[in-house]
Amino acid sequence: MSILIYAETQNGSFSKSAFELASYARALANEMDTSVTAVAVKPTDPKAIELYGVNKVLQVNNPSLTTFNAKSYAEVISQAAQASNSSVVLLSTSADSKFLAPLLAIKLKASYASNVVALPMSLDPFVVKRTVFTNKAYGMTELSGDRRLISLSKNAFGLVEQAVSAEVEVFEPSISESTQSVTGVDKASDKVTIADAEVVVSAGRGLKGPENWGMIETLAEVLGAATACSKPVSDMGWRSHGEHVGQTGKPVAANLYIAIGISGAIQHLAGINSSKVKVVINTDPEAPFFKAADYGVVGDAFEVVPALIEKLKVFKSQNS
Amino acid sequence: MKILVCISHVPDTTSKINFKDNDTQFDTNGVQFIINPNDEFGLTRAMWFKEQQSATVDVITVGDVSVEPTLRKALAIGADKAFRVDMNPKDGFEVAKQLATIAQEEAYDLIIAGRESIDYNGGMVPGMLAELIGANFVNNCIKLTVEDNQISAEREIDGGKEILSTSFPLVIGGQKGLVEESDLRIPNMRGIMMARQKPLEVKEAIQTEVKTTTNKFEKPAPKGAITMVDKDNLDELIKLLHNEAKVI
Ligand SMILES: Cc1cc2nc3c(=O)[nH]c(=O)nc-3n(C[C@H](O)[C@H](O)[C@H](O)COP(=O)(O)OP(=O)(O)OC[C@H]3O[C@@H](n4cnc5c(N)ncnc54)[C@H](O)[C@@H]3O)c2cc1C
Ligand SMILES: Nc1ncnc2c1ncn2[C@@H]1O[C@H](COP(=O)(O)O)[C@@H](O)[C@H]1O
Repeated sequence: MSILIYAETQNGSFSKSAFELASYARALANEMDTSVTAVAVKPTDPKAIELYGVNKVLQVNNPSLTTFNAKSYAEVISQAAQASNSSVVLLSTSADSKFLAPLLAIKLKASYASNVVALPMSLDPFVVKRTVFTNKAYGMTELSGDRRLISLSKNAFGLVEQAVSAEVEVFEPSISESTQSVTGVDKASDKVTIADAEVVVSAGRGLKGPENWGMIETLAEVLGAATACSKPVSDMGWRSHGEHVGQTGKPVAANLYIAIGISGAIQHLAGINSSKVKVVINTDPEAPFFKAADYGVVGDAFEVVPALIEKLKVFKSQNS
Repeated sequence: MKILVCISHVPDTTSKINFKDNDTQFDTNGVQFIINPNDEFGLTRAMWFKEQQSATVDVITVGDVSVEPTLRKALAIGADKAFRVDMNPKDGFEVAKQLATIAQEEAYDLIIAGRESIDYNGGMVPGMLAELIGANFVNNCIKLTVEDNQISAEREIDGGKEILSTSFPLVIGGQKGLVEESDLRIPNMRGIMMARQKPLEVKEAIQTEVKTTTNKFEKPAPKGAITMVDKDNLDELIKLLHNEAKVI
């Protein structure tokens, strides 16, 4: 018996969410008195994940897996779950993992809970806590049956080192023909994505127009942050759809969320609720966002942001 | 082209969420229900296929009689026919099973669902449905075109997008981008009148196993007080973020 995690890699390196999943799996394995197995596609250093308590790595090298294909990847993970006799399978909430998760749930005949934020509240019955109503509430969900699939919300558990020595085994699943294929990818490789970012700098209609985003980009660069925006900003085409965060956009579970010229409508707040620390910069002291934030500055973004950039540059040069 | 749009009936985005009966049930008291926003983008794209490429468009919701106004709204926007599967689903798997039954009976080419519903946010139904009926699946779909059975879809990935070539039968988990916000339609009087005449067929649910149950809810702990920093003292903000919050 084991717990299986699908450990995502980017250009061969494990992503941070893979380490977070491993940390979660290790804590759960300690409770369930079992081991942790990871399945990974072409990791260059498979043993890197042993630091987080993974006992065994199933390394998959099939050439057909070079580009992501949800169906094929679900087949791989499903076969890895059978091979490792895993009763619990864990995934992250990356776009790819959310894509393949429901396919995998059906293949494994597993009960599935997404957006899980903590270790199970009990193992028998098996109950997990997950976010519902776009972060406006939590639900306690009981997973029945003898195979369970869980996707863990980003940043919900954090990284916990518990080094073990991992055994690496080459795993050769059989993959069926697919009638769907990737014909192109359009991805900025030099930019931090909202999904990966520890810090997100977000701006709203208070910025007046797309030509004013230079300072937002600069602030993000200084902080190593991703940029985001409110819904009207993307609806008006000032910024791309991919940056729209909120209840109907992307969720943000960053450590630090900086909201500039955003009023703090309920639909916006719902999507960024699970970020740990929120800073608001707004001219209007009555803006609802101040009620939902940890730190606030009442002021004009066109003065505050450039000043903050200069001060952060000084801070960074002294603290690096 | 035969299209089915899966419509989830959800609380309006402005709703405050409350629970009743000892936090065991969502309290619908005073809550307005709407077509799930992701499904509205999908429905609007389906209308384009209907008008430009002569597709037929059915809509479906798995739910009790209270979801019918939402289905009527979809008919008023222009769908041809509605199905309601009569049950109160416990989770996404149950919904997917019901949808799969109808999808197989009706043999749709394209099934448009949303990336996720804004109530239980499972992000489960479209993928499960696709796997159950052996269809192709594109999640987070932001563009879809069909030319002489050549199907091109785009999906949002972390930090960009991916272009896919795929084939029918196809299920998508759609979102904004399929159409723009400004393309969304408010039903007009004529549409509303016509919707009353359109068929809304109630189907009996099939028996399924229950995989998950959620019978306890909780609201997030109230937020602590905010710390205000003077705009002329931004060093203080940096200090707080570094020493107190430890996030930079
Ligand atoms: C169905 C539905 C779904 C929605 N989903 C989302 C969603 O997912 N995400 C989302 O963001 N919204 C969503 N909304 C929209 C939401 O209700 C708000 O309209 C939106 O969030 C407002 O965006 P904003 O704060 O950028 O603009 P505004 O509300 O116009 O606020 C601008 C703010 O900037 C401040 N400001 C002005 N000038 C300056 C300056 N010089 N310096 C500093 N501050 C300044 C103002 O005081 C104001 O608070 C949704 C709405 C609906 C109906
Ligand atoms: N009860 C339902 N009836 C019909 N379609 C549904 C239902 N629940 C969810 N869906 C569809 O599945 C999508 C994703 O929902 P979910 O898996 O609940 O996040 C929604 O956007 C709908 O298109």
